Amino acid sequence: MESLLFYGFAAVAVGASFVLVSMRNIARALFLFFVVLFAVAGLYVFALADFVALTQILIYVGGVLVLLLFAFMLSNKELLNQLQQGTSHFFALPVWQALAVALSFLIILVYAAWQFHQHEPQWIATARNAGAVIKSSDATVQHLGIHLMTRYLLPFEVISILLMMALIGAAHLARKGGQS
Amino acid sequence: MITLTHFLVVSACIFAAGLYAVLARRNAIMVLVGIELIINAAILNLVAFGRYDRGQYGGQVFALFAIVLAAAGVAVALAIILNVYQHYQSINPDDIRDLKDQ
Repeated sequence: MESLLFYGFAAVAVGASFVLVSMRNIARALFLFFVVLFAVAGLYVFALADFVALTQILIYVGGVLVLLLFAFMLSNKELLNQLQQGTSHFFALPVWQALAVALSFLIILVYAAWQFHQHEPQWIATARNAGAVIKSSDATVQHLGIHLMTRYLLPFEVISILLMMALIGAAHLARKGGQS
Repeated sequence: MITLTHFLVVSACIFAAGLYAVLARRNAIMVLVGIELIINAAILNLVAFGRYDRGQYGGQVFALFAIVLAAAGVAVALAIILNVYQHYQSINPDDIRDLKDQ
């Protein structure tokens, strides 16, 4: 049952991302991106990272996707007209060079995963033997909170400063020009 | 039984799709979506490996940091895309050739 659900989520994520990148209509592609993000959040749950899955849904689906849709609507007059008329071509023509590069990367990565399966690293075997694997009964959120405030405090502060810089920079870039 | 290899193969597929979008699409927003797909594949790997790190939760913590970084990157990139659209009336990366005002 568990692996069946995993294969379902994985098939939805991979299939939707393949359809997404070959789709001509950008609005439909953005809504497929929504599907991909939800399926990947489901996969995070299978890796026992429930808090990361919730954060993914909150930040990506709630923030990033709405931002992308706004940018699409603000910047794409011709494509909006095309959307209202209905497109004759459902799929874009694949650009063969990009397809070749992406396929070769896919082959290399799958081969690497297969090699990884055969020669498992030492630290994973030690962790498994020592029982240091996250179990589904662990209180992940509590441990994450404690580690964020103790061991990972410096990266946490650095990332908050970077987030503030990005927000100020985005606001500066998006303001009305003319008074520079 | 779901092993680490399953996660690696799924994230390899998502990565390849994102790479194709970055290389082939003629629209800056779709290029951005491709970058997001690549980041998601990387986060999936972080989370899958982080399962074997119960003492320090390194994988999950850095997955959270990566999500925040991606969100900040999208905010800045969309501001840039809107500025470029006002300037060139196009967001096709092939049309954008001049660094400076003519």
